[in-house]
This record gives sequence, structure tokens and C-alpha cells, in this order.
Amino acid sequence: MLECCDLACVRGDRLLFQRLSLRLGPGESLRVAGPNGAGKTSLLRLVAGLARAEAGEVRWQGASIRQQAEDFRGALLYLGHAAAVSAQLTALENLRFACAVAGLAVDQDACVAALARVGLGGALDLPLAALSQGQRRRAGLARLFLAASRTLWVLDEPFTALDAEAVRLLAAQLAKHCAAGGMVMFATHQDVDVDLGHACRVLDLGDFVGERGRAC
Amino acid sequence: MLRVFLAVLRRELLLVWRERVDVLVTLAFFVIVTGLFPFGVGAGAGQLRAIAPGVLWVAALLSVLLSLHRLFERDFAEGTLEQLLLSPEPAVLWVLAKMVAFWLAAGLPVVVAAPVLALAFDLDPAGLPVLAAALALGTPSLALVGALGAALTLGLRGGGMLLALIVLPLFVPVLIFGAGAVEAEISGVGARAHLLLLGGILAAALALAPPACVAALRMVND
Repeated sequence: MLECCDLACVRGDRLLFQRLSLRLGPGESLRVAGPNGAGKTSLLRLVAGLARAEAGEVRWQGASIRQQAEDFRGALLYLGHAAAVSAQLTALENLRFACAVAGLAVDQDACVAALARVGLGGALDLPLAALSQGQRRRAGLARLFLAASRTLWVLDEPFTALDAEAVRLLAAQLAKHCAAGGMVMFATHQDVDVDLGHACRVLDLGDFVGERGRAC
Repeated sequence: MLRVFLAVLRRELLLVWRERVDVLVTLAFFVIVTGLFPFGVGAGAGQLRAIAPGVLWVAALLSVLLSLHRLFERDFAEGTLEQLLLSPEPAVLWVLAKMVAFWLAAGLPVVVAAPVLALAFDLDPAGLPVLAAALALGTPSLALVGALGAALTLGLRGGGMLLALIVLPLFVPVLIFGAGAVEAEISGVGARAHLLLLGGILAAALALAPPACVAALRMVND
């Protein structure tokens, strides 16, 4: 169970949102919406524990994520705005490195299979610099196919630069994760038409600007 | 636990290999800076012999400094740094792996090239092993302290200049004992005390720099 209690976020001198509370249980997904600059990325970074909230706290299984940082990181998979891949390395080298850093015990064959799933099976030996933006994005997303053991997925703009087929593939993977009891929290600024197979709650950050507060 | 250390070390070395020109550029910089001094101060053999240890050490400092800003910059821009900070493994391990890889790419070539350049300065051959030993003990300290500076200035506009301002004063003790070691050996006093001090500085830097670096990286990412 992920809980955010009365979060407030300030960037520079600007208050992005305040009194933001939300709750995400097993099998649930939450889409964070809002215009550019509404604080979607900031919220996801707060939830992942990368940034500190101005007020309020994020709780995982009932305790603050600051008090149990290692346990929380062991349950979290975060994918940021950037794809977290290196252009000088091949897709396979990137994926193996990402899994080693995340502490996911996977072997070479599993990595190759995951890359084949995202449609990079024919480009395993090429450095990502030789691939397109969308293919690099796919290389970064391949780790989702190896991360079933991570309960909470926090994804920042996962659908950016993907073609229709990849969007469907990703949506299916998110739905599968939720169906298996996982939690997904993701941000999109456009209304992508994704079918997660169940009702996906929407948190519109436009509602939290200024004095108003609301629970989701 | 060792897995994340090895994974980061492997990746960093692989990146160094893919961009091996950068290592040559650092080395060429070292050679050229060293080569400038005879033009500036005159090429009398006695004079060159006297300034050789100091010149080589200052050039070594500058060439390490030249590549420092790259240490975390790209990982920061790519988002890899976020992934590393969110790793369930202790962060000190991968920071140390990055520092080791950095030293292998930027420090080790200087250690190897310095004795050869010292011959061009007609340095007493008795001083060459000590020069190499002092550099081998001193440049890892430079890499460790420099990495802390690189972490603190990450993402800042004009961070490179600030990095030099923060880091160069901290390099002074290493410079004093490093250049002093060679002079002590040649004058017959023996370089033991200097080398022990360099080793002490390295031990302290090894213990203090990685955790400080992690704290700085977390702060920058906040």
C-alpha cells in the first residue's frame, strides 16, 4: 500500500501543489495528469524518494519511505523522464546493467527475451546511438518485462516517443502487472488511449494548485 | 553486494573503451602542458632537472581535472544517476566503482607516462621509481577528492570553472608530498616519509570521499 499524506511541493519560488493525498493499493493503477509544469514529474520523484517534499510524507506499507529506504527501493521500479540508457552501449549491455543496478537477478537469456518482446531482437549488437528515439525508449522499457518482482512501478511519461504498437504492448504489460497484484503510477500529459483492462484512476494536478486541497 | 560494484565498473570501463580517444586526449594534454615549461623557463639542463618533479605533478593535477567534469555529467543527463541512486544496494559501492574506473582512465596513463617524460627533463634515474610510486599513490587521492567536487558542481551552469576552484586547493597537500618525494629521494634523504604521507592521504580520502560523494549526489538530485 502506497500512501501520500498532505504532500506539498515547491520548485524555485513556486508552489506546484499542496495538501495532496493519495492512496494506491494492490492491483490499482493511477494516472497522473495535468498540463506542462503542473508538477507531474516532481510528484513522481517525491513518491520515488528522489526528492524531499516541502510538507507531508510518503508512506509505504504504513511506514515513511525515509525510515525504510532500502526495503522501499527493493519494491520500487522507477523510470524517469530520460530513458536511463547509454547511447554508446548496446541494448543488451544497457539492460544487463540496469538489472544489475536494480538488483534484479536475471540472466543473459532473460534479457535477450525481454528485448525481443519490445521489438529489439534484431538490434541487439548495435549501440543505441545507431537506433531511433523510439527504439531507445523501448530499450529502456525492456526492464519492465523483467521486473514483475517489483511491486510498485512509478513511470514518468512512459508512452513518449512510442508507436501505436509499442503503446499497446506497454499498456498490456501494465495491465498484467496490476492483475498480478502490483501497483502502477504513471504520468502522461496527453490523453493517450490506453486500455489497462480495468478502471484506471486519474489524478489531475491542475486541481491542487493554490489553496484548495483534495484527496484522491 | 559486489555485483553492483562489478556491474558499474564493467560499464564504465566499457564506455572508456568505446571512447578511447578521450584517454589519448588527456594523455596528450599531459604531455603538452609538460612540454610548455622548457619554453617558458628556459631549457638549461640543471634548471629542467630541478623543476621536473613539480612540473610533472602540476601537469598531472591539471589533466585529472580536465576529465573530472565528465564523471557524473552524462549519467545525470541520461537518467542513469537516478537509477543508481534508487538501487537497493549501498550507494557507496557504485560511487567507488565509478571512482576506480575514472582513475584507471585518467590517472593510470599519467602514472605510466610521467617517468618517460621525466627522462626528457634529464631527471636523475634514481628518482624515477619514486616518481611513479608517488603518482600511483597520489593520483587516486586526486580522483577521489575530485569526484566529490564533480558531484557538488553537477548540473550547475559554468560548473567546470567552479569545480576547478573547489578542487585545486584541496589538491595542494598531495602536490607538496608528491613532488617532495622525488626531491627527497634525489637529495639522499629518502622518500619513505613522503610516500607514507601520500598513502595516509589516500586512506583518508578512500574512507571519506565516497560517502560524501553519495550525499552530494542525493542533494543535487533533490
